[in-house]
Amino acid sequence: MRYEADVIIELKSGMLDPEGTTIKRALEHLGYTPESVKTSKKYTITLESKNIHDARENVEQMCQKLIANPIIHNYTITLREI
Amino acid sequence: MTIAIVQFGGSNCDQDVLHVLKDVVGLDARLVWYKEENLSGFEGVVIPGGFSYGDYLRAGAIAARTPIMESVKKLAAEGKPVLGICNGFQVLTESGLLAGALTTNMYPKFRCQPTCLRVESTETPFTSRFRKGEVVSIPIAHMEGNFYANEATLSQLENDDLVVFRYVDAEGHITDEVNPNGSQENIAGIVSTSRNVLGMMPHPERASEEILGSKDGLKVFQSMADCITGSA
Repeated sequence: MRYEADVIIELKSGMLDPEGTTIKRALEHLGYTPESVKTSKKYTITLESKNIHDARENVEQMCQKLIANPIIHNYTITLREI
Repeated sequence: MTIAIVQFGGSNCDQDVLHVLKDVVGLDARLVWYKEENLSGFEGVVIPGGFSYGDYLRAGAIAARTPIMESVKKLAAEGKPVLGICNGFQVLTESGLLAGALTTNMYPKFRCQPTCLRVESTETPFTSRFRKGEVVSIPIAHMEGNFYANEATLSQLENDDLVVFRYVDAEGHITDEVNPNGSQENIAGIVSTSRNVLGMMPHPERASEEILGSKDGLKVFQSMADCITGSA
């Protein structure tokens, strides 16, 4: 089966997000009043797997070994069959 | 008695470190392309600054997971000195050889400027030639140098004397104004608990000759040489 995983990497709560803060300030210059702006990164990974359980396990490992840095990041994985 | 200078695609301070080690300090040093993988026979390692893998994913993240880093870990476990400068520091935190993480500067801009550093610990193979509390001038050049660690890690760094350099003013005071990147506790460099792995954001190789405006960084390499040649 083929699966597509959306991996979203976010900074842990309480961490400084200088990029988000800069974007928020720029939005305010344009007259908007956002309460907060947080940045995140999204990676879309397609993979072959026996089933959705294996696919999730595989992507989890990818996140833990490389894609996320556990000291500063949280991540979420959304999987779908394609 | 040879030091390996690891080159990744995108390393760009490798030649400067080679020049300082060979021509200024007088040590034997050799550039090692990351695909060589085997570092046995070397007495120390420098991971130089630059933009390994274009800083893709996170600064240092991809280089940290290349096979040569297993050899670096092995040398570190043998107690040999391992120095990571700038991107090299990022590689060392990403590889787990050093605590914490280096994130985007608080003001998210590439900062290239001289900085004053206070030498917090001389009990390392890289700082034995300094005086404790000495204020030195070594420049920085980075956008991801904002040192972050959780509270438990920060207290361990403090309690075990693992913070080696902090950003200070010319008189040696720690202030927010002289913190160039938002690093916690103005941290500019730390060592591992075994003390033989140092990561620092400032570039000592850019402050190792009079013509560059400061020779303060030279002591980092001279200390390393003392350790390797056993003359310390």
